[in-house]
Amino acid sequence: MSATMIKEFRLPDLGEGLTESEILNWRVNVGDTVTLNQVIAEVETAKAVVELPSPFAGVVTALHESPGTVVEVGKPIVSFEVPDDGGTQPSANGTGAAADEAAGAEANPANGSAKREPNLVGYGAMVEHSGRPQRRRRAGIAPAVPAAPVAPEATASTSAAEPAERPRSTPPVRKLARDLGVDLASVAGSGDRGLITREDVLGAAGKASESGTAAPSDGQRETRTPIKGVRKATASAMVASAFTAPHVTEFLTVDVTPAMEFLDRLRSGKEFAGVKLTPLTLVARAVLIALKRNPALNSAWDEAGQEIIQFNYVNLGIAAATPRGLLVPNIKDADALSFQDLAEALAGLAETARAGKTSPAQLSGGTISITNIGVFGIDAGTPILNPGEAAILAVGAVRRMPWEYRGKVKLRQVLTLSLSFDHRLVDGEQGSRFLAEVGRLLADPALALTMA
Amino acid sequence: MITEHKGARHPGLVQLITPDGERVSHPEYDPWVQDVGDDQLVGLYTDMVIVRRIDTEATALQRQGELALWPPLLGQEAAQVGSARVVRTEDFIFSSYRENGVAWCRGVELPDIIRMWRGNAASGWDPYTVNMAAPQIIIGAQTLHATGYAMGIQFDGADTAAITYFGDGATSQGDVNEALVFAASFQVPVVFFCQNNHWAISEPVALQAHTRIADRAPGFGIPSMQVDGNDVLAVMAATRIAMDRARRGGGPTFIEAVTYRMGPHTTADDPTRYRDPNELEDWAAKDPLKRVKALLERKGLLTDQLLDEVEGKANDVARQLRKACVEMPDPAPSDVFRHVYSTPNTWLDRQEEHYSRYLASLGDPAAANQAEGATR
Repeated sequence: MSATMIKEFRLPDLGEGLTESEILNWRVNVGDTVTLNQVIAEVETAKAVVELPSPFAGVVTALHESPGTVVEVGKPIVSFEVPDDGGTQPSANGTGAAADEAAGAEANPANGSAKREPNLVGYGAMVEHSGRPQRRRRAGIAPAVPAAPVAPEATASTSAAEPAERPRSTPPVRKLARDLGVDLASVAGSGDRGLITREDVLGAAGKASESGTAAPSDGQRETRTPIKGVRKATASAMVASAFTAPHVTEFLTVDVTPAMEFLDRLRSGKEFAGVKLTPLTLVARAVLIALKRNPALNSAWDEAGQEIIQFNYVNLGIAAATPRGLLVPNIKDADALSFQDLAEALAGLAETARAGKTSPAQLSGGTISITNIGVFGIDAGTPILNPGEAAILAVGAVRRMPWEYRGKVKLRQVLTLSLSFDHRLVDGEQGSRFLAEVGRLLADPALALTMA
Repeated sequence: MITEHKGARHPGLVQLITPDGERVSHPEYDPWVQDVGDDQLVGLYTDMVIVRRIDTEATALQRQGELALWPPLLGQEAAQVGSARVVRTEDFIFSSYRENGVAWCRGVELPDIIRMWRGNAASGWDPYTVNMAAPQIIIGAQTLHATGYAMGIQFDGADTAAITYFGDGATSQGDVNEALVFAASFQVPVVFFCQNNHWAISEPVALQAHTRIADRAPGFGIPSMQVDGNDVLAVMAATRIAMDRARRGGGPTFIEAVTYRMGPHTTADDPTRYRDPNELEDWAAKDPLKRVKALLERKGLLTDQLLDEVEGKANDVARQLRKACVEMPDPAPSDVFRHVYSTPNTWLDRQEEHYSRYLASLGDPAAANQAEGATR
């Protein structure tokens, strides 16, 4: 019997410059005898699902990765026992040499585990997750060596000989440290490769962040929280929505100066004294008016019953960031409310939600939603539908911007509306008309007289 | 005498072998393949099986990390073999990146076919040794090269011709349209051989061509033919007609070979994301190898011995290809400076000198290799 040897097959770059692929399934088991080019696995890259043909004829001795694992290019995924025929099997610089290189890498303590394998197809694929070769680091992060590639050994020695390195951090955190009188050199960084984070600085200043997500002082680098509660419900609702309803998002930027002026007049008048009036109040009202004329956006898709449900009432959902997470309580029969009642309901809804007192009844039965991303200073987004609803409107921040006004460029108050809708229920025409009407009402609130 | 459509005439697709392997006669095209006897037919079949085997082996080599990229030609064997086999040695071929079957017929050595795809060299071979230019990656640019070369033939008064290969997607490119205008203006001896494989990466041909591709050429004043590109005899006949016209001073001809790319655009592409599987099934029934095999069977030529022989040859070629690929030596670091200028250049010399000094400063050759890899 001839001698045998073990050959590793390392995951190649299957696209052009890909860094990783997911093993979908193995078509072979340990102990199987495979022929050259026999399909051994199915792998999904960012570009394609491809079959991997075996580069060797031999016996599978190990499958290093299980199905569902995302594997970095260059990592061994399978080993074979092949006849030792004096090295005619594969290349001097392909998979075979890669294994030799890896041995070299392990011998180099400064280099960590993963490094770019100088095999044929590995060049384009930078190992992104950890243990980059030190020569790739920028000055200031790693030692001050030339940016040009040099031998890892050289870099490693320079690293040790460079004690007076500026502590790694980011400009805002440096400023925070300066403001708080914290010397960064005395702070141990808990971030990536010793990066000093905001929490580290706050901790050093005795002002650890109140948020429970700050890095624990025991040096733990990551915190694992079980997925449950609102996070879990939100996740499954978003996944269900995103993958059942084909979303379309449209954007409209509107000069809302007239609406803001109108709001000012309302606030200063006696009639609504004591009522909290915000741009959201006007947007909600505009939505309700436009919805009357475009009822398709106030509907639901009943997959089980194979029916489309047209709601003849509006339960207006308002997305709220609460300590428990994202909640979307709704205002029942919002279309029947007076302007003042609507404004009060909006204010009450947000307060209740933030206090964590939202009832389950308030969370169910919504027919359309508004999400006010403007409060975070955001202009536009592509909101995901609250499950069971046909539309959601994201309201951006009101900004003063140069804008065409009566033939001249003026500073105007401008707002972007982002409308996502379920394309099964709402055609582009209906969605567009609805969004345009909401926009027109905000651009010229008096139009409500003609529409309501 | 040959039916061509200038303008409104649509004689339809020329076919000499049906998908079932029946030899159908065509009064105008038959004379151009009457020399193809049993031996020649077996030869064409062998060529196509080998070309397909090269293609599948190279695809596997890419999946195994031995090639950086590969553009499969699966399904286009008849279009490539049928045309390449009737181009004379002294004619010149300008191809795209997918004509690896043409290159093989042309006598390009196996290592040279894959050298570039391994990232081992900027081009695989010396064009003048085989009268075939290095594959053009830029879509359609080779049609201009061929037209320019054909203008040279005209100046020389030679009785050779140029042929250029491109796809349906390339016909949307400015380069191809410019080449057609120039070729018609100067009536140069060039053949435009379009393999309409139905997909420009992920765009179906119908999106870019609202008429038959062959119908575009008459608009430039260039006669065209539309042939079944999965029919090796029809392709041969059409190519001979066009090359013959070119050599006799008759000017350019456009051939649309209607075929189908059964694989992905390249190994980095996943056609299942944009292609209806039923379409693939339809075209599998029109497979170019299958129909020649069926024709051989009808003629009683398809023996087990023949099949074994053909398979043995294909496997030999595959083995040689794999060996050539995995044993290909890495180029030297300084090779990057070799093919930039044909004459000495002081700037480049200085760069090379700096680079070699830099490599020398690293000391051991392993470090030098490392540096070389990173700069690629």
